[in-house]
Amino acid sequence: MKKYSEILEQALLSLDRTGAWEVLEENAKDHPAIRVIEQILVPAMERIGEGWEQGRIALSQVYMSGRICEELADRLLPAEAAERKNRPRMAICVLEDYHLLGKRIVYAALRAAAYELKDYGRVTADELLSLVREDCIEILLISVLMLPSALQVKKVTEKFREKGMNIRVIVGGAPFLFDRELWKTVGADAMGKNAGDALQLISEMRGNMTGDAP
Amino acid sequence: MKKTEMTAMARVLTAIGHQEADRIPFFLLLTMHGAGFLDMSIREYFSKAENVARGQLFMRARYGHDCIYAFFYAAIEIQAWGGEIIWSDSGPPNAGEPFLRNAENIRSLSPPKVRETDCLCRVLQAIAILKEQCKDEVPIIGVVMSPFSLPVMQMGFDRYIELIYEQPELFRHLMKINEAFCTDWANAQVAAGAAAICYFDPVSSASIIPPAMYAGTGFEIAQRTLARIKAPTASHMASGRCLPIVHQIAQTGTALVGVSTQEDLAEFKKLCAGKICLFGNLNGIEMQRWTQKDAETKVKEAIAAAGQGGGFILSDNHGEIPWQVSDETLMHISEAVRTWGRYPLIWTKHDT
Repeated sequence: MKKYSEILEQALLSLDRTGAWEVLEENAKDHPAIRVIEQILVPAMERIGEGWEQGRIALSQVYMSGRICEELADRLLPAEAAERKNRPRMAICVLEDYHLLGKRIVYAALRAAAYELKDYGRVTADELLSLVREDCIEILLISVLMLPSALQVKKVTEKFREKGMNIRVIVGGAPFLFDRELWKTVGADAMGKNAGDALQLISEMRGNMTGDAP
Repeated sequence: MKKTEMTAMARVLTAIGHQEADRIPFFLLLTMHGAGFLDMSIREYFSKAENVARGQLFMRARYGHDCIYAFFYAAIEIQAWGGEIIWSDSGPPNAGEPFLRNAENIRSLSPPKVRETDCLCRVLQAIAILKEQCKDEVPIIGVVMSPFSLPVMQMGFDRYIELIYEQPELFRHLMKINEAFCTDWANAQVAAGAAAICYFDPVSSASIIPPAMYAGTGFEIAQRTLARIKAPTASHMASGRCLPIVHQIAQTGTALVGVSTQEDLAEFKKLCAGKICLFGNLNGIEMQRWTQKDAETKVKEAIAAAGQGGGFILSDNHGEIPWQVSDETLMHISEAVRTWGRYPLIWTKHDT
């Protein structure tokens, strides 16, 4: 399936929606949709994410290809499909600012990888606390662009600890890329360098969560 | 032999001319910090031109860097277009919800008139005060967002990327409007006393769009716009990578290019020596936790990588030093430049 994943990657980077769909559709004739997603689509997205981090691929390509992936994965495995992963309960948000691109990229990548998650949009630290509690969230992804927003994550993680809420927090965004120690300073459990990285981290966390093997 | 002490202006012009000055020039691109020194909130600080002028003069006297930075905050241009801004006590005000709610709104968009827009007039007034005080001893740097990068705040990053790829006709229309505004805004700052304009263009960086796409978008837009700005310009990708497009950036007519901390400054120097002056690339985000030793090490590394032969100005890599960076750290950077930045840079041959 590696060959098909590479063909898909090229189609995505060329914004060739039709070509990308043909790769998935062809493979879905012989394999379950979830397998096509996990072994063809997810590795393609992970490579695109790595390519961005290494400076080979531009953010605009990551965004456009993520959007295509989300759309194609929905065609292959509709939102109501039983194979979609509703556990652990996850949510994604942007803290404080209006820079939503990073969140949209990661959200699209997770949905394309057959995860279902809540999208809280733009929230303040206080709003986030009540939303997370209400929805019994287990993994929270926080995207930021500005340093002050990144530092606000500490307020969130401290409140989770104060209230005894066992929530894994994955952070991402420019300040964390420019200071590789910052995610620890703000009390996060992990930092995703790109959308592919977020997929891997979630897969690992799922594996470590009792009673919910990946 | 020790060179005679130059004025900041002479030092900077010598570096831009690819010659060695008395020492490496350095730009501390400080904006909000002035509020701290004047003991007021960031919002109050930017509410009056006189505050910003006082703040800039105080900081230059304190750190001894080689520019006055007339930049208020990036979202000021959005404020000028009627957009919402959100103030913070610990950072620059942020652009609020984008005012172009859908791409079709571009058709009826018209740019603000610079001299009839209060927030922009405050910047012009600050520049005029600073020019009166500084004469030509130190360059006053004005700032514009590039026509190609402004739409991130005008319409949101995601919708803007979709516009570039999927609606070329509307994209070109928006660029025409933004180019007119950018040129007027830059030239008003020049008329008020800015010696140079920093042209922030992160969307052109290879981090954001593929280099092949830059050729037909950000590059052409910069060529047209910079040609109409009546002062030298410095192109800044605000931390974005630009090594793959640096030759094209040089062809836009700009005099300087900002280097990201994620790129190899020495490699840039090899490619750009004698062609385009570099500035950068201290990591502004990490800077908030630097020790004195860190500051010295980072300054030395940058000088060793790009200082020889002139053509280099030390600065942070983003174009705005975060509020969280302490006075102490800024003093350490300043001391390190004075210690290690004096030409000739003999030490770089033995010790980096």
